[in-house]
Amino acid sequence: MMPEAPGLAGRPNAAAVPRPPRWSKIKYEGVLALAGLAVAWQIASYFVPPFLFPSVPAIAVRLVEIFTSWNTSLDALATGGRILLGLTGAFVLGSVLAVLMGRSERFARYAYPLLNFNQGVPALSWVVISIIWFRGIEFRIFFIMVMTTLPAFSFQVLDAYRAMSKDLFEMTLSFRPSRYALLRALIVPTVLPGVLTAWKVNLGNASRVVVVAELVGATGGVGYELLQQQQLFDMAGAIAWTLVLVFFVLVVQRIITLLENTMLRYRPAAERSL
Amino acid sequence: MSAPDAAIVFESVSKLFGRADGSYAVRNLSFSVGRGELVAILGKTGCGKSTTFNLISGLIQPTEGRVVVSGHDPFREFGWFRGKMGIVFQNDRLMPWRTAIENVALGLELNRVPHDESMATAARWLERLGLRGHERDYPHALSGGMRQRVSIARAFAVKPDILLCDEPFSALDEITANGLRAEFLDLLRETGATSIFITHSIQEALQLGRRILVFHRPAAIAYEALFDKTTSEAERANIRSGIMQALSADLAA
Repeated sequence: MMPEAPGLAGRPNAAAVPRPPRWSKIKYEGVLALAGLAVAWQIASYFVPPFLFPSVPAIAVRLVEIFTSWNTSLDALATGGRILLGLTGAFVLGSVLAVLMGRSERFARYAYPLLNFNQGVPALSWVVISIIWFRGIEFRIFFIMVMTTLPAFSFQVLDAYRAMSKDLFEMTLSFRPSRYALLRALIVPTVLPGVLTAWKVNLGNASRVVVVAELVGATGGVGYELLQQQQLFDMAGAIAWTLVLVFFVLVVQRIITLLENTMLRYRPAAERSL
Repeated sequence: MSAPDAAIVFESVSKLFGRADGSYAVRNLSFSVGRGELVAILGKTGCGKSTTFNLISGLIQPTEGRVVVSGHDPFREFGWFRGKMGIVFQNDRLMPWRTAIENVALGLELNRVPHDESMATAARWLERLGLRGHERDYPHALSGGMRQRVSIARAFAVKPDILLCDEPFSALDEITANGLRAEFLDLLRETGATSIFITHSIQEALQLGRRILVFHRPAAIAYEALFDKTTSEAERANIRSGIMQALSADLAA
């Protein structure tokens, strides 16, 4: 049996280095920051009329009303579903485009300008275009979501695909894998960190865009409800509906972070940070 | 060596990179390697060793001439070599998202070996290479020597007929490299695989090979030596001198 490689004795196993308790840190600091914001808002509500700064309890009551009423809960769920559906559509289409661009330089030369052009088109323009082009409300919203988040997904997945290690590619290829096996063993794990980052970034963008889309064309959802609050001049309702969307984004981001912690657990954690 | 006995045959092989006015990495190279033979290819940096390696592994195709491995064209019949070729690279090329055992099992997985069987085989190879207890470690938690042992286990785990090694110990310290070389030779004897070992170290070539090919730029054989355990020290000194002369001539050219 070969002797143990020299210099290894006593070397700490990096995999066994305990990671800092991230969740408790985030909870403590995050709760403190949000509590500070609520306190500042509450203080402001003592000095400003309620239609500008409603009290925190008033907002909380509206929030509870949203989640205890079937109709308003459905509105919240509808918006969440639209965001996830739109992002899924943009991710699938963006990934296909990215792989095609990664595999064919000629295709990339055509696709790049189109995606760059698309990035310059405001979300509101897509709203107007979709209203003129399509009849179905849900398809309109889906179309708007896909068109506004497509370039970011394409560029981020393409970037991850192109960053794939040539060494690892050649090594994997030396085993003569099938295309599917190559995809599963090398390409998916390589692009996964980029894909998860793309989802995090696009989630924020999508939550902003979906409200614009619902403001104009929908008969339900957070955007539609916000429009109702604006017409009623109900600031507590507007804040409560905004919070619903924020909660949704935070919950999904938390899920993505949990996925990241599980799927990217192989990444070494430095004991010292900058 | 006659072609039917040969596991690897190069017939007037040239490889040109770029367009017609590009430079030859390999020019008119002919040699053959018998089944079960261990050949060390020695040469200076940029002499076309790695290009020769890539031609044998089928990652690139020759511009002229013919490469035949186990009676097949490694580039055109790429898929035929599934499970028949193992490669140990200069750097370990471990997948950072796979544990040591998963890295060793990679080739078996890609060859559609059932999961339990591939894991059991990978565990045996890790144990054989002194890495018992490190099965679940990720590459970043292993030393350079341990990572290279994992990559050797990965190459051997598929039971290759042909084993290609591209300076696998060059990035390691001398003591670790010496230990690994000895272990590597034992494994080669056990498996009986035909092996090509590329190196730029004369000492390593003499330690590993039973036959040494010294390459000139662009890859053409400048010197060839055969030896075994019975070769005397004086004959070995002659071989070393011949290698040195061939390498010096390449430098002068």
